[in-house]
Amino acid sequence: MSPTDSVLQVRGLSKSFGANTVLRGIDLDVPRGKVVALIGPSGSGKTTILRSLNGLELPDAGSVTVGASGGTSTGVEPQRPSLTLDFDAKVSPKEVAALRDRSAMVFQHYNLFPHMTVLQNVIEGPVRVQKRPRAEVVAEADALLKRVGLFEKRDSYPFELSGGQQQRVGIVRALALKPQLLLFDEPTSALDPELVDDVLAVIKELADEGWTMVIVTHELAFARQTADEVVFMDGGVVVERGPASQVLRKPQEERTQQFIRRLLHEI
Amino acid sequence: MDFDLFWSSLGPLLLGAVKGTIPLALASFALGLLIALLVAVMRISTSKLANGVGRVYVSLIRGTPLLVQLFVIFYGLPAVGVKIDPWPSAIIAFSLNVGGYAAEVIRAAILSVPQGQWEAGHMIGMSRNQTLLRIILPQAARVSVPPLSNTFISLVKDTSLASLILVTEMFRVAQQVAAFSQEFMLLYLEAAMIYWVICLALSTAQTRVEKRLDRYVAH
Ligand SMILES: Nc1ncnc2c1ncn2[C@@H]1O[C@H](COP(=O)(O)OP(=O)(O)O)[C@@H](O)[C@H]1O
Ligand SMILES: [Mg+2]
Repeated sequence: MSPTDSVLQVRGLSKSFGANTVLRGIDLDVPRGKVVALIGPSGSGKTTILRSLNGLELPDAGSVTVGASGGTSTGVEPQRPSLTLDFDAKVSPKEVAALRDRSAMVFQHYNLFPHMTVLQNVIEGPVRVQKRPRAEVVAEADALLKRVGLFEKRDSYPFELSGGQQQRVGIVRALALKPQLLLFDEPTSALDPELVDDVLAVIKELADEGWTMVIVTHELAFARQTADEVVFMDGGVVVERGPASQVLRKPQEERTQQFIRRLLHEI
Repeated sequence: MDFDLFWSSLGPLLLGAVKGTIPLALASFALGLLIALLVAVMRISTSKLANGVGRVYVSLIRGTPLLVQLFVIFYGLPAVGVKIDPWPSAIIAFSLNVGGYAAEVIRAAILSVPQGQWEAGHMIGMSRNQTLLRIILPQAARVSVPPLSNTFISLVKDTSLASLILVTEMFRVAQQVAAFSQEFMLLYLEAAMIYWVICLALSTAQTRVEKRLDRYVAH
């Protein structure tokens, strides 16, 4: 892999909340068009990593580099220069905004804007923040909504949608920002079981299309099918990483084995 | 009961409401909301100074009688060389007062919006102020309509205090007619009735606004 093909490079990311050290030097590499699944027990720091990548959390140390490439290998090619934030030094709000601009996040609890229609939710960022022409953005939003089967719902409010539909809107909202990197934080864990598959199917499609993604998930079958690399973390460190099939089928570390066994038995 | 006097004084009283009570209440409420918004934002800011100033302001307003605030501005300030006419004095006092009460309402409403809404706003690239204006305040508005309506209704009634600093609003007109005719009971009950009708109308308006803001909430 040439360095220009790396979309995300995380080095030594550390974060404490008071006396509680949550991340202890995390390294992470995501090449262009690849999918990394982050797995690990609750409280291991997965959400904190994603939030740090989106500038919602300020790490204490380490660095994050987002390369100039990204988006899909076929479709959008955002023109954003490569960016490195070094958290050992003080980062400015401007740098945080630049980092945020490069990734888009899908939240566990969707976090749609309840006072806006589906369409308004999707175009708010591109129109208000990115200042792109409204007509163009609406056309793109409509196309994305069609793709996930929600075009007829474009004028509905979030409360009128099922959880699965809301999360698909959450995904469309993220895509509409044309990020280089998509971040998913347990996108299906708040959903009723019968609604999970529709959402996972959409994410799988995005992966096949070549989107670069980091996905926190407890859906091991989905991770095996979709992820190129699986990273298992526990207690704020990466315990084991490797190709999805290897980490999920033949984990080397004791803790990984225990975690996967426990997850499988729950189902 | 002297019905002739009732009917002949209704005109002047209503005029007092239309030219005094209502504009005084509207102007003070509008200004008061602006002050309240500013103070609420200070109170949720991370700046210790802004927070402290906001807190002291709210405490002062809520911890002293409105009538005293009114008198300090109209009768007190001239002693230090600041002379303000009755109308502006009343508007200043009432809007500062509304600002103190409404600030706490707005602050609580802002805090009631889930943290995830701030994060989603930031995620799509919005600054703190943009998120506040576009995402948080519209949702806070829904929560604050009932308490702010109460604040407004109280204000409409409180404007009668302005009669004590010589503002010609409805109650001062009632006092004047009563002094002239010596029909105190009649005039004061008549004024009370008009306040009541205004407040009933406001309650109806409140229900409508709530309904409108409810369109995006599950029932
Ligand atoms: N804003 C915060 N303030 C204090 N502690 C936090 C905060 N966010 C997360 N934590 C703590 O960090 C740890 C890791 O949380 P998180 O990253 O959410 O883990 P995961 O997503 O893997 O379940 C937990 O112990 C959690 O309590
Ligand atoms: Mg989490």
